[in-house]
Amino acid sequence: MISENFSDTILYFIELLLGGLTRGSIYALIALGYTMVYGIIELINFAHGEIYMLGAFTALIISGIMTMHGYAGMSVFFTALLVAVLYSSAYGYTLEKIAYKPLRNAPRLSPLISAIGMSIFLQNYVMLAQTSDFMPFPSLLPDFECLAWIDYMIGGPELLILITTMIVMICLTILIKYTRIGKAMRATAQDKKMAMLVGIDINRMISATFVIGSALAAIAGVLIATHIGQINFYIGFIAGIKAFTAAVLGGIGSIPGAVVGGLILGLTESFATGYVSSDYEDVFAFALLVLILIVRPSGLIGRTEMQKV
Amino acid sequence: MRILFKLLVLLSLLCGYAQAETINLGVAGAHSGDLASYGLPSVKAAELVVEEINAKGGVLGKKVQIWAEDDACKPELATNTATRLVSKGVHVVMGHICSGATKAALGIYKDMNIITMSPSATNPDLTQKGTYPNFFRTIASDDAQARLEVDFALMNLKVKKIAVIHDKGDYGKGLAEYARKFVKHSGVARVVLYEGITPGAVDYSAVIRKIKRSRAQAVIFGGYHPEASKLVSGLRKKRMDTIFISDDGVKDDTFIKVAKKYAEGVYATGPKDVSKNPMTVKATKDHIKKYGKEPGAFFLNAYSATLALLHAIEKSGSTKYDAIRKTLQTEYVETPLGKIRFDENGDAVGVGFSMYQVKNGQYVEVE
Repeated sequence: MISENFSDTILYFIELLLGGLTRGSIYALIALGYTMVYGIIELINFAHGEIYMLGAFTALIISGIMTMHGYAGMSVFFTALLVAVLYSSAYGYTLEKIAYKPLRNAPRLSPLISAIGMSIFLQNYVMLAQTSDFMPFPSLLPDFECLAWIDYMIGGPELLILITTMIVMICLTILIKYTRIGKAMRATAQDKKMAMLVGIDINRMISATFVIGSALAAIAGVLIATHIGQINFYIGFIAGIKAFTAAVLGGIGSIPGAVVGGLILGLTESFATGYVSSDYEDVFAFALLVLILIVRPSGLIGRTEMQKV
Repeated sequence: MRILFKLLVLLSLLCGYAQAETINLGVAGAHSGDLASYGLPSVKAAELVVEEINAKGGVLGKKVQIWAEDDACKPELATNTATRLVSKGVHVVMGHICSGATKAALGIYKDMNIITMSPSATNPDLTQKGTYPNFFRTIASDDAQARLEVDFALMNLKVKKIAVIHDKGDYGKGLAEYARKFVKHSGVARVVLYEGITPGAVDYSAVIRKIKRSRAQAVIFGGYHPEASKLVSGLRKKRMDTIFISDDGVKDDTFIKVAKKYAEGVYATGPKDVSKNPMTVKATKDHIKKYGKEPGAFFLNAYSATLALLHAIEKSGSTKYDAIRKTLQTEYVETPLGKIRFDENGDAVGVGFSMYQVKNGQYVEVE
């Protein structure tokens, strides 16, 4: 009996671990957008959560149209995902051009206020253009009968979220580390003036950062919406706040930091719910944030920077 | 001078005479102030009922007279209101509207042996504590939904292990607290999990795993449909067939629209549908005819309360406290809310909530 209880305990732990990783990887995907934008123009893009929500809505519309025309299964999922990514990237690009670029040389608070304004604008735009109700989101991912044997640990869609996130992050790392555009982006992040002098088009780099960040948020939006099956215009707010927390936790501006921060936040919430109580889920998450910031003010992997006054 | 005195005596006699010849119905509640919209419909309801009854010859052969008094829903004013009504010689009182004001006034009515019936005071303690045997109401108390949920789970579904989940909000948590209390006191079942979830969180997988681990046979959820549909689909995706019982906040078609196939079989409590009752139709029509607009809040409850009070006086043949009280508890009366009587606490039997279940994408009332 003891051994059975023991294996139960282990299983429960693994379940919480995998659940936490899934949730954490979603946070990480969104946090990447925050951290990349901050890294390059030192702006906290509060409208980023809204890009995530727009991605989910686009996918909902595309999948609705495709289902009406008789398509089904994975083809709908990938088309919806692709269109959502393109559409959200366009939003991210436009957002930067309209709301942040004119304020690039303004005091640092101005673009921040502009970001909050865009966040409110996008929320209300979707509310008016679509609906304020909760919309059902079709489960575009099949239940993966072939994965039924690990079902007691992790569901098929959750596993897919985890794997997709891993792939996306590996791709991103390769992009940043080894490609021309990645190198140019890093150069821009380090020193804009110097990058400009060596012939880098920094405006293009900043746009590229916004486009990549928005694409990641859209992927997160579609994945989570198809997993939990409902969206409304407000989902971006809480997800955005959590992802922002994750970015700060890992060290804002640092790409591996966002991933680590997201995963740690997801795991903390999962274990806090599993072993203590879901009433204190947020308490644990933010207590952790406070503790880490006391010990390492620039986050887990963040670099200390001279404050620009 | 002497003539004047005689006249006064005569007048006062006349007044006394007149008072004895009418049945005096006090109507108390918020008739002014920001909560007047809750109280004024009850006055209109009383007027409509009394008009109709007087046209048919009144109660016990006497005309019914309404004495409306305002308490603005304030407990400190409600005691004055009650005193004024008592001094007017009311036999029964329909009111008050707000729970706090009702509680403040009830002591006075109790001392004067006056039956009081509220159309809208929902505080559970008013009836369940047994402090006010003179108090009745035609609205279900705040804990009625939780009571129905727990009774249904224990009696009809015979579950032994229950997980109570709520959304940390006033409504959801309040309900969950009552549900937990009722399960505990029942002695036949156990609450194996009591948790609050954060509305709008990305997912609830950890809580779902916890429910699974607790081996609960049923989940009672207090909250609204967005969280409920996330929970239900999460449970079903984990291939768990845990019974899901929830409240009025979930008995909404949006829930079925969002949760789709996962909504099937979910139980939810909701207000009893009385809109097709012929008396409801008539009362509403009369209201529109007389006042030119749709009736307001608690109109049907007030209409039913007035009917029940006057019916009890007629049936018991007197305006004596004990007689009316006994009649209210034993005799059924036809009202817009259905055929009702009152239990020993003073709560209306057959008023309030029914259990519904999702069948083929629709909420169907469970018999």
